[in-house]
Amino acid sequence: MSSMNPLRRLSLQAAAALVAGLALPLRALAAWNKEAFQAKSAADALKSLGVASSAESKDVVIEAPQIAENGAVVPIEITSNVPNTKSIALVIEKNPFPLAAKFDFAEGAAPYVKVNVKVGESSFVRVLAEAGGKFYSASKEIKVTIGGCGG
Amino acid sequence: MAEPMKIRATLKGDLCDVRVLMVHPMETGLRKDTNGAVVPAHFIQEMTVKVNGRTVIEGQISQAVSRNPVFSFRLNGVKAGDKLEIAWLDNKGERSQTETAIA
Amino acid sequence: MRLPAVFLLVFLFAAPGAFAQDSKKEIEKYQRMIADSSPAELFELQGEELWKKPQGPRKVSLERCDLGLGAGVLKGAYAQLPRYFKDADRVMDLETRLLFCMTTLQGRDRAETTRTVFGTADKPSEMEVLSAYIAGLSRGVKLAAGTTQPKEKQAYALGKQLFFHRAGPWDFSCASCHGEAGKRIRMQELPALGKPEYARPVVATWPAYRVSTSEMRTMQWRMNDCYRQMRYPEPEFASDATVAIITFLSVNARGEPYRGPGTKR
Repeated sequence: MSSMNPLRRLSLQAAAALVAGLALPLRALAAWNKEAFQAKSAADALKSLGVASSAESKDVVIEAPQIAENGAVVPIEITSNVPNTKSIALVIEKNPFPLAAKFDFAEGAAPYVKVNVKVGESSFVRVLAEAGGKFYSASKEIKVTIGGCGG
Repeated sequence: MAEPMKIRATLKGDLCDVRVLMVHPMETGLRKDTNGAVVPAHFIQEMTVKVNGRTVIEGQISQAVSRNPVFSFRLNGVKAGDKLEIAWLDNKGERSQTETAIA
Repeated sequence: MRLPAVFLLVFLFAAPGAFAQDSKKEIEKYQRMIADSSPAELFELQGEELWKKPQGPRKVSLERCDLGLGAGVLKGAYAQLPRYFKDADRVMDLETRLLFCMTTLQGRDRAETTRTVFGTADKPSEMEVLSAYIAGLSRGVKLAAGTTQPKEKQAYALGKQLFFHRAGPWDFSCASCHGEAGKRIRMQELPALGKPEYARPVVATWPAYRVSTSEMRTMQWRMNDCYRQMRYPEPEFASDATVAIITFLSVNARGEPYRGPGTKR
């Protein structure tokens, strides 16, 4: 693939998209993205997801506690109010493998998800929403604490 | 042999709140057991949400999702009686699938 | 009150008022959000299956077990425990009563049945899933542990005595951590369980799914683990001592609408 003329590659992709009816070609895209999920830095994970750049947007909403009593289960609720959001990705910056999850939405599903994730240590969590070929982001800091006597 | 999921789908007008509880260790592969041996990674990687056979959500998830995952989704344009099916596939090739009718 | 130096250090952490209040609010938000997306229900479902499963030499299920409201009556049963049971001539909490039914109804051996009363993340115990199931059927019911029968009064008095009794290598009692309002260990607020105001929200949310260990834990487990943390000898499961302390706490919490099984760190 690396030797292919980028223009040719682009037009092949465009043709494929047309054939798929411009709707999200779900099965082809959503097989587990090993490269992205095994990336050890947020930057590499985003690169593997094809996120060249993103714009911070108030339309990407993260609802999560600022303090988690335990990092094993941190509830994060994500809503994208960016019109035509196709996917949402969640990155936990300080985790050993920062990419936590990615959801692709088709007609019939709102770009919304609530998920419980592991946050290894106090960290920023970042959400990337993809709409119209562009990426929109928001981030929030979550502090992880330890409570009690360890019992 | 995968444990069944528990799905709750609540219709509010034509918006549907879906909550799914799954039983899965979501083992990271970074943990050691009481004998000091590394517990191998075992976690759900892919999941799908289908309405009347049509996929509306595809999720790729990782070992960063908590043990016994709980997800909430929102569907639109659905009605009572529509068939909701949620399925997952983990890194060991194990699968699970549960269906329910939207009430 | 003499306390080991290390704990004094922890108690002395003084955050400026506003910051402490914000932290408290955010922690409450965490607690609300995990309660809303909790795996706890899965254990209730497992418990329901187990309740109906024929077991033991008599090959019967627990469905004829009388938890105080009549044989097999589960709705509201958890909320009125612990209470005195004439057939056993004892005050019993839920797990003690379940053990009684397992041995008398199902004919199971007590030693064998109590071998693994506290499970693991991979395999919850019978007591844990049954407790989750039965407790869930008391949702919304006001806590009403027994107080009128003489043995119930005795259990309360014993429980109160044990709560304040200092022993063990650290000279701790339950009250060492839970005796005074406004105290905290690291980020964990310590409820002063001797007072109804603090006992109510606690008793109303046990058994609970502990996210730190992915396990459903019960009141008997809580007694056992608190004793472990105080470096006491291990209390016997369903012993008079554990039932007495659970009675003390549950009576202190009377009137509170039950809202478990809970979800906790």
